[in-house]
Amino acid sequence: MQDIERDVRAFIRENFILDGQAGDLAGDASLTRHGVLDSMGVLELIMFLEQRFGLKVPDEDALPENLDSVDAIVRYVDGRLGAGAPATPPAAARAS
Amino acid sequence: MHPDVLRLPDPEATIAEVVAGLRDAVHGFRRRGAVVGLSGGVDSSVVVALAARAFGPDAVLGLLMPEADSAGDTLDLGRLAADAFGVPTVLEDITDILTAAGCYRRRDDAIRRVIPEYGPGWRAKLVLPSVVESDRFRLFSLVARAPDGQETTVRLPLEAYLQVVAATNFKQRSRKMMEYYHADRLNYAVMGTPNRLEYDQGFFVKNGDGSADVKPIAHLYKTQVYQLAEALGVPEEIRRRPPTTDTYSLPQTQEEFYFSLPYDRMDLCLYAVDHGIPAEEAAAAVGLTAEQVQRVFGDIAGKRRVARYLHAAPVVWAPVGGGGIPGRP
Repeated sequence: MQDIERDVRAFIRENFILDGQAGDLAGDASLTRHGVLDSMGVLELIMFLEQRFGLKVPDEDALPENLDSVDAIVRYVDGRLGAGAPATPPAAARAS
Repeated sequence: MHPDVLRLPDPEATIAEVVAGLRDAVHGFRRRGAVVGLSGGVDSSVVVALAARAFGPDAVLGLLMPEADSAGDTLDLGRLAADAFGVPTVLEDITDILTAAGCYRRRDDAIRRVIPEYGPGWRAKLVLPSVVESDRFRLFSLVARAPDGQETTVRLPLEAYLQVVAATNFKQRSRKMMEYYHADRLNYAVMGTPNRLEYDQGFFVKNGDGSADVKPIAHLYKTQVYQLAEALGVPEEIRRRPPTTDTYSLPQTQEEFYFSLPYDRMDLCLYAVDHGIPAEEAAAAVGLTAEQVQRVFGDIAGKRRVARYLHAAPVVWAPVGGGGIPGRP
């Protein structure tokens, strides 16, 4: 889970936190309410999760309880991986 | 909150106020008339009517700017609006401009990344799921219809989605370029036609339909624009037409592309947000549950964040002379 959190935080830091003000974002902080994640960002985040962890994130999983905080994302990815979710081989994560 | 809270008590007074403001602004720019792009919708029809009152119909030019994907009735309804107020029109079919810019090719190339067989005879649009039904993040899907009528719905990868939008934005930007050509030729000002809902929520293309010299109805809720339309005598055929984007080759309502509710309910939710009215109190007027209204509030806040970039003036590093609003120090 620590690896998942590290990768998710790195992705968010490199892609969404453009003004550098949310560097130590709390794990349970809402990414949308903090202006980190917008509608484009959700799509970008889903693509990252699919590529990095080899998941297929269906539209019905695009819920705040799965994607709106670092903790939620880590729980979701961990749960999917634990459930034997990989449907496609993991690819290298997008750096930018 | 009462459902009629947005009803203008005296539409004629509002019309008089806007007409006076239009004259001040346009004459302040030392321009002597107005160019209005006519889409056949209620917003541009109201703006052309207001401009005709402000400057006289002969000092207003209505531009009809269809392109290959325009709906069949766009041109007729645009002409109907101009004729209703005695405004002369010019027809500028922008299909050739868009073809030369690669609008259709670039859009279709992006779609082919997910639907390789997409090509001539196919039609497409972007759609969003309802915000009212669940807390789900709203992800755009592409609906494509093959020549045999078979429809496919796919979620677009980010790059493909952005390219479809970017290519399609050539339409609004080409129209605005044409509006400024005629405005410069005639020494007129360019009218913007967003209503309050569109202006607030960023339902426009930056440097496209978002660009204008004056935006005479940007402070009015769409509900109020309909009231003005009736008071001004905008033909009923235009007032009855459901709001459409008229941008994609498949018919697309504003609801499925951008707004989460029909305009009248969306107006009420926006009013509630602007006046600090809690979801529980607004729910009855809007005709939804408090939970659903709360979701719409969240959607409004999210769109406002995105709209900040669309509204932003170019950033400069020091005050520079020559700016300012005409008639003001």
